[in-house]
Amino acid sequence: MSTEVKNSSRRASKTNLIGLSRADYKGMPTTLCQGCGHNSISSQIMAACYENSIQPEKIIKVSGIGCSSKSPTYFMSRSHGFNSLHGRMPSIATGAVVVNRELTAIGVSGDGDTASIGIGQFIHLLRRNLPMVYIVENNGVYGLTKGQFSATADKGQVLKKIGENPFLPVDVCMEALVANCGFVARSFAGDPKQVKELIKAALSFKGTAVLDIISPCVTFNNRGESTKSYAWGKEHADPIHDVTYVQSFDEIEVEYGPGQTTKVEMHDGSSLRLQKLKRDYDPCNREHAMLLLEETRARKILVTGLIYINKDQPSLQEVEDLVDTPLTKLQEKDLRPSPESLMEILEDYR
Amino acid sequence: MAETTVAIEESRQATIDRGPIYNDFSMVVATINGSGSQTSNMAIIRALFRMGIPVSGKNLFPSNIQGLPTWFTIRVSSDGFTARRETTEILVAMNITTFAEDIENLAPGGVCFYSDDFSVPGNREDITYYPMPVRKLIKKADPPKALRDYITNMVYVGVLSEMLGIEIEEIRRALETHFQFNQKPVDLNMSVIELAADWAKENYEKSDPYFVRREQNPRDRILMDGNTASALGAIYGGVTFAAWYPITPASSLADALEEYLPQLRCQDGGCKATYSIIQAEDELAAVGMAVGAGWSGARAMTSTSGPGIALMAEFVGLAFQAEIPIVIWDVQRMGPSTGLPTRTSQGDLLFVRFLGAGDTQHVVLLPGNINECFEFGWKAFDIAERLQTPIFVLTDLDLGMNLWMSDPLEFPDQPMDRGKILTEEDLERLGEFARYRDVDGDGITYRTLPGTEHPLAAYFTRGTGHDENAVYSECPEHWEANMERLWRKHETAKQYLPSPVIETMENAQIGLIAYGSTDPAVQEARARLLEEDLSTDYLRITALPFADEIKEFVRNHERVYVIEMNHSGQMRQLLQLEIPDQALKLQSIRKDNGLPLSARWIATTLLEAEGE
Repeated sequence: MSTEVKNSSRRASKTNLIGLSRADYKGMPTTLCQGCGHNSISSQIMAACYENSIQPEKIIKVSGIGCSSKSPTYFMSRSHGFNSLHGRMPSIATGAVVVNRELTAIGVSGDGDTASIGIGQFIHLLRRNLPMVYIVENNGVYGLTKGQFSATADKGQVLKKIGENPFLPVDVCMEALVANCGFVARSFAGDPKQVKELIKAALSFKGTAVLDIISPCVTFNNRGESTKSYAWGKEHADPIHDVTYVQSFDEIEVEYGPGQTTKVEMHDGSSLRLQKLKRDYDPCNREHAMLLLEETRARKILVTGLIYINKDQPSLQEVEDLVDTPLTKLQEKDLRPSPESLMEILEDYR
Repeated sequence: MAETTVAIEESRQATIDRGPIYNDFSMVVATINGSGSQTSNMAIIRALFRMGIPVSGKNLFPSNIQGLPTWFTIRVSSDGFTARRETTEILVAMNITTFAEDIENLAPGGVCFYSDDFSVPGNREDITYYPMPVRKLIKKADPPKALRDYITNMVYVGVLSEMLGIEIEEIRRALETHFQFNQKPVDLNMSVIELAADWAKENYEKSDPYFVRREQNPRDRILMDGNTASALGAIYGGVTFAAWYPITPASSLADALEEYLPQLRCQDGGCKATYSIIQAEDELAAVGMAVGAGWSGARAMTSTSGPGIALMAEFVGLAFQAEIPIVIWDVQRMGPSTGLPTRTSQGDLLFVRFLGAGDTQHVVLLPGNINECFEFGWKAFDIAERLQTPIFVLTDLDLGMNLWMSDPLEFPDQPMDRGKILTEEDLERLGEFARYRDVDGDGITYRTLPGTEHPLAAYFTRGTGHDENAVYSECPEHWEANMERLWRKHETAKQYLPSPVIETMENAQIGLIAYGSTDPAVQEARARLLEEDLSTDYLRITALPFADEIKEFVRNHERVYVIEMNHSGQMRQLLQLEIPDQALKLQSIRKDNGLPLSARWIATTLLEAEGE
């Protein structure tokens, strides 16, 4: 008897609200380098989806090309995945999600994939506000092609093969802000707790949620002076707040002093608690967000946290005014207009 | 009298002596782009069409918004020929800048209506001139100032109506259709038309032989442009997602989707859409979105022209390799490069057939008329979902943007074919799923759609090498097996494609092969050749890969001429590759100057080739 009780309680503790275990969120074994920041992010994606009790079959994983874009193979094998073309993930995601509004898309891209070859599609994705989580695993370097600069590489950065980078970097968060993105976050793969909480929040956001995560490349760009290295990140990371994601059914009452916590309600009833750290910061103000990015860049600080949130912009499906049923579930009677309607149209051409 | 003048007089006299010519001429209206002549020209062609007269209308326009010359040609042909006619018998000259060359281009004994502001250039004394007092008549009609420029072109509508015999009531009806029964603009335009017709009646003496008259045509016909028919085909094929980027001459296909989808595909009292159509940021994104939607399980398409296809190469290769159904319309224009954006060609055939890096080959549909634009429009989705691959549909500017007389479009005679898709129940029953396993031996494998709620449903889609389970693989055996299967699938494709259209004549020794928009010209050329006692058999290709009948046709004829509108004889090349033992037999008749082929040119070229 006692064994049975023990078993059932263990079962209860080892599954989430939809009865799935962490193993149900697993992917194939990773083939990325040991210590790669991307692997850490994959783990947090799995953890976030498990803890948020999201049905893996309702997720689609999309990516472009590059080390980061390989990673969707390494998490959640029970979700359909699409490793598409270099810089073209946004268009694939747009088509796939618009026709099936029940899907939640997790996109994983890199700095080359987003800020170099894919910057055009990236901006237009944000402009349309397609509901999806858009993670940039940002390491400032091309890994698969063996160490060339990407568009987010630091000016003056030195790579063994190439020499010194003469150009200023593209700031993914700034680009997102300029493109009116409604969810802009920056994090550091070395801060898994924050990464996970931000992913959870992004999964609850109805619109494009951009997470620019500094994810060091241990093979090609992990020297201490690089702003994309572990050492630099550890030393310069400066969270603007402590992020806690709270699901709608979690009755957690934490006592904070007045003015210490900002609560951000998400679309699905969940919320984000942003506990103040060093500074006063309101993530609902776009101008402040831009100033923050400018200021921290000048001061060489890796600012992390939810930089900007605006839930008021309609998603693409809302703009398109689609029926509630996913378009992919419509049947022939919904898709093919009647013979009479054709006769009527032809009258105008007689 | 100089010798030439005598000759001209004689030819003119001969024309008049032939007596009146009814319903058999070509008329060109020369105007300035952006001057509103479209309404006038549509009124004329619709009225003629509704008088039961076989017509076709072609707009020869510049790549320009306003100011450059444009020509609208209307051919009337009792015999029902709708191809471009090389000669122009009647000119309506409303553009001084091209007046001289327009007159030069008139056939001997032709007719010229012109604005009397212009002075007649050159010395074409064989022509009958009718100066039109455009300015005077507009002043008399006194339309609102803002509309004056637009209404000026109605003067020639009125004059032509009187001088050719176009029924004025049909002109009114045509305008009613054009303005969707908004009576005010109809009345305003009609006031000018009637004024001009009355003036012509009082002031001209008819001295040319050209007339139109009503024909009792028992056939129910429509007059439509190909892009509209193509869009309607897609809609009746259940298009659910379309993404596109503006490009001449394909934009009006997407415009027609935008026009008709809201009335045909909305639910909940007409406000909630069962489709999504997105104007993308470029053709890369347009086709990418279509691929995403096709992967998700929607009937997805994009429409473009050659330069857009160039940008789509990358995604088309991916869709071929990852086996994702999409439909891509290529309304061809003249290339290479930006080429001639507003001129027609069949130059993209080889390009789309093998579009993509590495070894790719694509199914291509080749509609040859309005009915097929519609039919292939809906069938393309069935074929794409059956084969899980990109399907190209190739039309061209001539077919897509010009007006064609046609039998009414026919509602699809088959239910939709959604292809091999496994549902939750299927997966439960089967207990296993391998995305790229050839279970049925036809090269076509089973797929699941994202969102399918079964632990076995998911697979990983990629353009990279993969095994049967869609797992990344660099194994040589996996790669070869997969390519073999893709080639097997391409062979399977043939049974789902429209058959070639074959028309024979008794005792024909030679065979003609053509495809797409050249069909009316080839048909007319065959009639001309028959008058020269040359019988021909004719096969029109409607799809690639080639059906077996095509090889048979080539084998069964002594000489075969492949007629096409590109510089290098692309279809002939494909045929020579397909049937190498017959390669020398395949002759090429080709011209690619931006204008649709004419029957006269085809017939003359063929007779020369035949040594006659």
